[in-house]
Amino acid sequence: MDVLLLSRIQFAFTVAFHYIYPPLSIGLGMVLVIMEGMWIRTGEKAYHEMARFWTKIFALTFAMGVATGIVMEFEFGTNWATYSRYVGDVFGSALAAEGIFAFFLESGFLAVLLFGWNKVGPKMHFFSTCMVCLGAHFSAVWIVVANSWQQTPAGYHIVGEGMHARAEITDFWAMVFSPSSMDRLSHTVVGAWQAGAFFVVSVSAYYLLKRRHLDFAQRCMKVGLALALAGSLLQLVTGDISAKHVAVNQPAKLAAYEGLYHTEVAPLYVFGWVNENEQKIQFGFAIPKMLSYLTYGDVNRPVTGLEEFAPKDRPPINFVFQTYHAMVAIGFGLIGLSLLGMFLWWRGLLFAEVGWVRKLVLPLMVASVLGPQFANQLGWFSAEVGRQPWIVYGLLRTSDALSKVVKADAVLTSLILFTTIYLLLFGLFIFLLNEKIQHGPDHEKDAGEPHPYTPPQILDQPRA
Amino acid sequence: MNFFFAQMPFDGTLPYLNEIWFVLVGVLFTGYVMLDGFDLGVGALHLFTKTDEERRYMLNAIGPVWDGNEVWLVTGGGALFAAFPEVYATIFSGFYLAFVLLLFSLIFRAVAIEFRSKRPEAWWRKTWDFLFSLGSVLSSFLIGVAIGNIVWGIPLDQDHEFAGSFLGLLGPYPILLGITTVALFAMHGAIYVVMKTEGELQARARGWITNTIIFFVLMYAATSLATLLYIPRMAAPLQTHPWLFAIPLLNVLAIANIPREIHLGNEFKAFLSSCAAMIALMALFGVGMFPHLVFCHTEPANSLDIVNAASSQKTLGIMLIIACMGVPIVLAYTVCIYWIFRGKVKLESMSY
Repeated sequence: MDVLLLSRIQFAFTVAFHYIYPPLSIGLGMVLVIMEGMWIRTGEKAYHEMARFWTKIFALTFAMGVATGIVMEFEFGTNWATYSRYVGDVFGSALAAEGIFAFFLESGFLAVLLFGWNKVGPKMHFFSTCMVCLGAHFSAVWIVVANSWQQTPAGYHIVGEGMHARAEITDFWAMVFSPSSMDRLSHTVVGAWQAGAFFVVSVSAYYLLKRRHLDFAQRCMKVGLALALAGSLLQLVTGDISAKHVAVNQPAKLAAYEGLYHTEVAPLYVFGWVNENEQKIQFGFAIPKMLSYLTYGDVNRPVTGLEEFAPKDRPPINFVFQTYHAMVAIGFGLIGLSLLGMFLWWRGLLFAEVGWVRKLVLPLMVASVLGPQFANQLGWFSAEVGRQPWIVYGLLRTSDALSKVVKADAVLTSLILFTTIYLLLFGLFIFLLNEKIQHGPDHEKDAGEPHPYTPPQILDQPRA
Repeated sequence: MNFFFAQMPFDGTLPYLNEIWFVLVGVLFTGYVMLDGFDLGVGALHLFTKTDEERRYMLNAIGPVWDGNEVWLVTGGGALFAAFPEVYATIFSGFYLAFVLLLFSLIFRAVAIEFRSKRPEAWWRKTWDFLFSLGSVLSSFLIGVAIGNIVWGIPLDQDHEFAGSFLGLLGPYPILLGITTVALFAMHGAIYVVMKTEGELQARARGWITNTIIFFVLMYAATSLATLLYIPRMAAPLQTHPWLFAIPLLNVLAIANIPREIHLGNEFKAFLSSCAAMIALMALFGVGMFPHLVFCHTEPANSLDIVNAASSQKTLGIMLIIACMGVPIVLAYTVCIYWIFRGKVKLESMSY
């Protein structure tokens, strides 16, 4: 296999694996702020219990996020050295800003969030939780700003020629607010809220099904469901805005999203299979003129098709079409589920002994944790593969961005190691997550008091 | 905001930006070795404890701070990428397998801390104890080897691409520096353990300090000798500017002060002395390298320095503003958080 393909697989794999965790940190961060905020407001012990339970889950996802995130910080240099030389001036500053403004804040106050329950007062602890949540959001800001610059470069000029050409910043704020950055940031952050919210919904539904920790589960369900509904509806808005702007900023990408070859008044395919050889969509269901309407608010305005771009400038079409459509479908599914959940809660059916709710709705809610995870992954796949063949849209091709000195066997070695280790870690993560969920919340006699230390059950014997 | 930034003189008029960023990147990496140094060192000493409870004390001593400490590495990497992209690209692609190995070591020790105490079985805990320790020692060693190669010089071509091999990175001098780094971090970690624990574990950690100081001083002597003999350019700035000899002098005094403070029972001062020694070592490294960031020993003209490896003046100026806004805040709350977790470590329900 060639080094380009291997490097792309490795980057895709490591970043996709990493991206399981940061959305959970961002989403659960919001959940923690809400729960602890309610504790501070009401003083009810139950909210304190909730905050502590979800803090433990948060800690686990955070540790995985840190462990896999360090890899990302250096992988641009290890595998994409030419890219790093080309964009360092622009892209590097966003990454450095992420470290200074986001990671320090997040990891610093995480110490207080996790270990400070008995060391600081409730208000200081709540402040720390807010700072962790804010830090997690800042990290999304800077990494999406950096990535958006790859999609829609702005505020730069090219210096030097040929081998030594590189992009340099001319206008920092134009770089930060590149045409796509705010659309993509809002879409990403709301997706992260959904990831956290449906995680809470899922665990709560599981407890309800198993009839465990009922009061705890109901309270968590209410918080989760409220955030899930808000997130899912908001996501419809941010998604719509994003797609409209993609049509302007990256028309080839929008055409690939929708499998549109010819510039025409375009229908919207709900599903389908793109036959790339015959350049048409098979087995599809289309709503006539809908894409023109959604894109421009005008049923008679043509949308740019892939025929406007040379074949070498087109992304892989069916892959982008399928990932994009699957994301949208999941998004609508999540809206439906959260509306249904809210309705059942309102009618007093969600927590009652109603047969069909227990047989259908709660199991669906247990599974719903996967919804945002898949939608987030698929969305990123369509966004990043849709940018191909460019690593920086219109400026630098992915195939020209590799490290010149790294050979295929080295990448193959690292790819095998990453795959093995990450799969192992994922297994352990799921195992420990399940442990925590099965263990459930700790019931406290008196919230806020120090807990007596109980030694672990099995100790290894002193060697001496 | 736009107005605020428009007033800033970063159209290339701010002098010494490259020099400032050489120092700032150095400060970030010094912060990293000083902070992550002690938790890597705790990892190196982890298997020398006797009981499960002692190991939990070791882990919880670094529990609240270890991931914050690793952020210094991440931010250092980001700053290097932003300020000196050529260095970032050359080093990380050139040292590919070595860095992949370093990343794996860091991953394993990170998850080992998190996973270890989640299950009570002895085999589970022993496995993660071993991986935590191995990951810590290997990370320390590889960081030392990387620094060793940068000091020794690596082969680069005209396009600043690395022209050596993976095995070529494992020369005697880099390995010597790798072992020295393990010794230094172990000493730093031992002092941290004494500072954070009580009773039997603390008594044992005092013994570790004695051993690791001897180990470190011997390795330090060997490394210094090798550097003076084989890489005289690292000492040249000290010959031309004799006042710079204050740095090695401070270094030796700081190291000598450690056993003294431990003997007097001033554990925190001993830890500060160890930090001072590390700052002095990084300063020596910086002074010896300046103005180079990566030295090419085969063709010195191909070396990366603060001019040919740097981003544009405008970017360095913007980054300086970001650093001036961010770093003081970071330092303020980092100090606050260390203050909150001051004193001896206790095991609680949320502990590892």
